[in-house]
Amino acid sequence: MDLYEYQAKDLFAAHGVPVLPGRTVDTAAEAERAAEEIGGPVVVKAQVKTGGRGKAGGVKLAQSPAEAKEKAEGILGLDIKGHIVHRVLVTAASDIAEEYYFSFLLDRSNRTFLAMCSAEGGMEIEELAVERPDALARVPIDPIAGVDRAKADEIVKQGKLPAEVADEAAQVIVKLWDTFVGEDATLVEVNPLVRDPESKIVALDGKVTLDENAEFRHEAHSQLVDEKSQNPLEAKAKESDLNYVKLEGGQVGIIGNGAGLVMSTLDVVAYAGEQHGGMKPANFLDIGGGASAEVMAAGLDVILGDDDVRSVFVNVFGGITACDAVANGIVEALKILGDDATKPLVVRLDGNNVDEGRRILAEANHPLVTVVDTMDDAAAKAAELAAAGA
Amino acid sequence: MSIFLNENSKVIVQGLTGSEGMKHGRKMLAAGTQLVGGVNARKAGTSVEIDGTNVPVFGGVEEAMKETGADVSVLFVPPKFAKDAVVEAVDAGIGLAVVITEGIPVHDSAWFWAHATANGNRTRIIGPNCPGIISPGKSLAGIIPANISGPGKMGLVSKSGTLTYQMMYELRDIGFSTGIGIGGDPIIGTTHIDALAAFEADPDTEAIVMIGEIGGDAEERAADYIKANVTKPVVGYVAGFTAPEGKTMGHAGAIVSGSAGTAQAKKEALEAAGVKVGKTPTETADLARTLIQG
Repeated sequence: MDLYEYQAKDLFAAHGVPVLPGRTVDTAAEAERAAEEIGGPVVVKAQVKTGGRGKAGGVKLAQSPAEAKEKAEGILGLDIKGHIVHRVLVTAASDIAEEYYFSFLLDRSNRTFLAMCSAEGGMEIEELAVERPDALARVPIDPIAGVDRAKADEIVKQGKLPAEVADEAAQVIVKLWDTFVGEDATLVEVNPLVRDPESKIVALDGKVTLDENAEFRHEAHSQLVDEKSQNPLEAKAKESDLNYVKLEGGQVGIIGNGAGLVMSTLDVVAYAGEQHGGMKPANFLDIGGGASAEVMAAGLDVILGDDDVRSVFVNVFGGITACDAVANGIVEALKILGDDATKPLVVRLDGNNVDEGRRILAEANHPLVTVVDTMDDAAAKAAELAAAGA
Repeated sequence: MSIFLNENSKVIVQGLTGSEGMKHGRKMLAAGTQLVGGVNARKAGTSVEIDGTNVPVFGGVEEAMKETGADVSVLFVPPKFAKDAVVEAVDAGIGLAVVITEGIPVHDSAWFWAHATANGNRTRIIGPNCPGIISPGKSLAGIIPANISGPGKMGLVSKSGTLTYQMMYELRDIGFSTGIGIGGDPIIGTTHIDALAAFEADPDTEAIVMIGEIGGDAEERAADYIKANVTKPVVGYVAGFTAPEGKTMGHAGAIVSGSAGTAQAKKEALEAAGVKVGKTPTETADLARTLIQG
């Protein structure tokens, strides 16, 4: 789960990482009050989970509370790379002497963690990595040893941070490691990490990604989920514990079992769509190995509630669960849904007890269901039906 | 022959007495696995009966190894306890630990991997979040349905569970020396490269199917490895061409960030290494069939 900047900074503050005082607000009037409370010049910052906010006009300096209100009015509602701004962070403006870059992240290739540090912060890190790779230190971190003061000193040295901030930067890096481990984060990024004119180190921005698998030991993390910005279909799916992702611009609803097979199904439907009016997959939905009638019904319910969907492709490989159980699940699900089931379903079953599964579907003879034997042909049929339903 | 697992492998299950452990313990026995014991500290000294076979339960991995000669452990331990269970298997020095558990925090996986490495990687880890490994007709350590394909000359390595099943089923006319699902998590033990190296060295494997998906650069690295080290024919398949950037699709590892890790980049890297890449699982199976028959 990606966090907003203000959420990341709350976590930083809780672990002793220095941040500037600020308040998160939803309206321009509240922004004005927040600026009054903070006092002095403030920065109004769009809270969206994407980079490049400054370039998109989502970060503005305001000298007075009235100006903060005006800037907030301009930023709220802004569309930044497809993210609508619902909330702004009003924070004290800082005098910046220098900008640095710092992050802890997962190094998948080496199966460990990595610290990245540079004396040249502020710019997008992808650009820095390409244009000035030597300026970006990459220091492997042993997950067991972690980051103590000596390791932090090494990172500061390799990142070539100036001597006058070395001590304080190392202290902050140890606290950022505490945040990374203590919160089960897979990314903690500070860009920029700044030195103010008094040579104090401050995390001026913050980007944190939390590991959802670790929620069992972080009760507070569930409160960080932003329900307001969640896609309503995704929220509904989550209530039923379904692994669902809405895809914009698609017309073929997808249900399958197993993440890899479902991803593959999306691709096969997109290829088939090239021959059928450019139809595309409308979602990712993995109902897992079980595929019981209840799960199938909950999944179909979500997908049929998507107005973009014109046909549904149910693609199941009977491995652990046999195809007859899956076929019974589909038949039962259609009974549960009754008249709510309105769109054509293409079903492809393969694997264990496939003959029995196909027999059950043939016997049920539901008017909306077409059974197709292979994945490729079924995808073509689903795309064809979606195109016809336009 | 086969890789990592054969008819002589003696298998224990950590978490045998739980519902998943019992369900799949039964299936492993039916698949011909020498299931010699279970591990559960609270049920040490007891035993469970599975379809007429009495399977003893031990208090720890070390004791189970000593009593039974076990060299493989399959873990059905809940995420919360998985790190300690893997560390226990590593400390006992078992040869192979197959971690089926889904939903292990990545900090825990990083920790046990670092621990295994510090111990000189005496224990091969497969997974986590994987379906395990099968050498058809010989042994199964995991949850791969044993009846979808028989023994044969194809080797298979895949990140995805259901795509493993799909591909083994499509190629059931040829059969497999060994099929391995390495798992879809960001940090996994055995990699595509480890499996490719073992298949290359296995005299009974004639061709290899490699299945990848978006995220990370494991497929690109595998492509480099194939180019330099693999003489046997390899066909590939990559899932996730239509996956949008920044969205997690079930596998925590299957997330594209920026330009790295796209399906297109992986496909191109594999093709540049001489690997034929199928557009769909079925087309990939057809390519594999041609290789082994031609």
